[in-house]
Amino acid sequence: MLMFILRRTGTMLATMVALTVIVFYMVNLPGNLEKLAKTEGNMRMTDEQVEQWLENEGFNRPFLTRYAEWLGVVPASVWVREGQPFGPGLSCLSEEEQAALVAEGPEATTSAFCGTIQGAMGWSRVFRKPVAEVVGERLGHTGILMFWVMIVMIPMSLTIGILAGMREGTGLDRGLSVASIATTSAPEYVTGIIFTVIFASGLGWLKGIAKAGDVTFENFTLPVMTMALYGMGYIARLTRASMVEVMTSHYIRTARLKGLNFRTVVLKHALRNALITPFTVIMLQFPWLLTGVVVVEAMFNYKGFGFALIQAAGNNDIDLLLAISWVAVIVVLLTQLISDIGYAYLNPRIRVK
Amino acid sequence: MEPEYIAWYEVILYTITRFWPTWLSIAVTLAVGYRYRNRLGTFGRLYDSRIGMAGVVIVLFWVFTAIWADVIAQMGPLEQSFAGGIKRGAPGIIDPESNIVFLWGGDNLARDIFSRVVYGCRVVLIIAPSATLIAYMVGSTLGLPAGYFLGWSDTLFSFLANLILAFPVILLFYLLVTPEVQLAVPVEIGPFTIPWSIPIALAAVFLLFPILFLCAMWFTRYEQAPKKMWSYLGVTAVVGLWLYFGLVFGLDMIKGIGGGFLSETEIGATSGLVVFTALLIIIYVPIPNRPTRHLEAGIAAVACWAYFGPVFGGEPLDAIQLAPNELNIFAAVILGSSPGVFRIVRGITMDIKTRDYVAAAQTRGERSWYIMLWEILPNARGPLIVDFCLRIGYTTILLGTLGFFGLGLQPESPDWGSMINHGRPFVRLADTAHLALFPAIALMTLVLGLNLLADGLREESLKD
Repeated sequence: MLMFILRRTGTMLATMVALTVIVFYMVNLPGNLEKLAKTEGNMRMTDEQVEQWLENEGFNRPFLTRYAEWLGVVPASVWVREGQPFGPGLSCLSEEEQAALVAEGPEATTSAFCGTIQGAMGWSRVFRKPVAEVVGERLGHTGILMFWVMIVMIPMSLTIGILAGMREGTGLDRGLSVASIATTSAPEYVTGIIFTVIFASGLGWLKGIAKAGDVTFENFTLPVMTMALYGMGYIARLTRASMVEVMTSHYIRTARLKGLNFRTVVLKHALRNALITPFTVIMLQFPWLLTGVVVVEAMFNYKGFGFALIQAAGNNDIDLLLAISWVAVIVVLLTQLISDIGYAYLNPRIRVK
Repeated sequence: MEPEYIAWYEVILYTITRFWPTWLSIAVTLAVGYRYRNRLGTFGRLYDSRIGMAGVVIVLFWVFTAIWADVIAQMGPLEQSFAGGIKRGAPGIIDPESNIVFLWGGDNLARDIFSRVVYGCRVVLIIAPSATLIAYMVGSTLGLPAGYFLGWSDTLFSFLANLILAFPVILLFYLLVTPEVQLAVPVEIGPFTIPWSIPIALAAVFLLFPILFLCAMWFTRYEQAPKKMWSYLGVTAVVGLWLYFGLVFGLDMIKGIGGGFLSETEIGATSGLVVFTALLIIIYVPIPNRPTRHLEAGIAAVACWAYFGPVFGGEPLDAIQLAPNELNIFAAVILGSSPGVFRIVRGITMDIKTRDYVAAAQTRGERSWYIMLWEILPNARGPLIVDFCLRIGYTTILLGTLGFFGLGLQPESPDWGSMINHGRPFVRLADTAHLALFPAIALMTLVLGLNLLADGLREESLKD
């Protein structure tokens, strides 16, 4: 078991490094950097000015050096140009240190560990705030939303799945199965539109915009419903399949033949085993919910993590984009790990070698 | 002058009658299918499943709507009305100048939403299934050896697949489809100048897989009959590479060679003929005496005609060359869905390779690739067909997501995702909600149809 966790952690680290290298490479493509220079400086910069800006900010240095600096495995450099300190390590120097560096002269350089590993995520150029602050605040908002989504989605989908799988082939099973297929067919941007039209524009019961941090029925129902519905069908169908499999197994037949009533058989004997698969699936839903979060937050103007992603990507806010992908990848990989360990733990037949 | 409206029940009635070619085609297809249902295998048994039948009807509805789009739509997808009041007009509004009824209302630029949804169906139904097909070839070509040999190839490919799966799809798309990333840089290779960018590079890799896949199939199957093998390999290589260079780099060889003395329409017709002949050869020759081959040839002919229909209608090479935007989202969508295919193919391969017939083939001394392509893959077709239907739906959703964020095709494209995106700002007012509502419902029904079809197929194949 320990070996298994160690190996999984190793793969996780490799995946994280690979993914951040890819993101780092893509946000640093020449076109993106040029856009960045023009939004930071002014839109009518000439090519030479753009080049000068990139040179000053240190974007022209080798890729690997910059990646290592961002990661925090090598110290990030700081240098002086035209009497101003520049460089990726700048935010980790205090005012006095910066002043001292400028006083040293035009050629002065220094360096400090200032990477993600040290917790220095950089400066968000869109929000004009430290990235850590933006990410923390936004993650909190999204966390609240996700919490309610889970509260609604998990019990409902499990109930639907168990009811459908309990007696395979009955009218109830068919009805619930078709309903679950229907919900998996409607992505968030479709149900979101339909719900808004019905409940917000038509009936006027709910708000079409969700304000972050304001957990009220009026405010939260639409985004929560939209997100929960899309995931619900999928989990319900898996629960149903798993329930059907358990209900046809021998030990359930034995329990039935022993004379136990159907209720006890389902609740005491079948349920436990039938919930192993849905558990792992619910954990694996996280990465997928992440896309849902982005869509829903964009649709309802909810200022959360997903909304920050759109703004960061739209404006090529390099530090924020990298931090967001970093956080997203960690969330995804952690849930995968928990799901694997949980599966091994819950299912005595699976013993990881 | 105030524009006039028709009543709501007239809207429903007119909408139903507008789709008459679709209804007719569905009826004919279902009748013919019912006649030959015993020869159609699992598809024939769908007639016994109510859910599956519902799925078939919905999917056929959109397929035939795409084919007959020119007949069904009343206006072009980009055609605007300049009469007053049509802009964001409610469903059933009558254009006082042309007397055309805007059945589903007008959009923000006074275009007919009904016609745009109908044309959008064509865009969606060309991109989603073909991207899924290519994703399938990529996933199978990598998944088969990974599941069969395990070892280093499995470790490597699984790592890559998990890498892409761990990436939030939407972030990937944002990075991949932004204009700065997709800006193509010309690169000179010998006498050719080809455009180069990350999406083009991705497409160049992905679109190579179908050719490799088919070549590997012919090679392993007909190794003993060199004449046959070389003719197949030749056809595949010529047609494949022609399509490859046309799609990825925009270099059309037939146009290049025949450009001097053929008209545009003739070039288009030649392209269509080449592909159709190749399809015929591929369908007829490999498995002789297969009872359904005439039917398949018929389907291929209809598909070819539908696909190349615009070619003969005077829009040459529309089907062969992709606009740069289309290629980018094509690559993005394939990248997003291949890892899933890889996983399922790998899992099924690991399961099937323990069967007796695989052991028998190994004892006969067959090549590993023969076993994978001709023993394991055909026996995995049941779950793979089901997954294929589901995955087209998923690809459609993905495509819609791209459109929703305005990352997809050109902004004026009538694909459903982009239409939803444009209608989004108006959805909070009841009077203008129809802008986004109709494309949203269209997308939902198509995906629902595909999911129901997959469910029906799964039920029927489990009965074996």
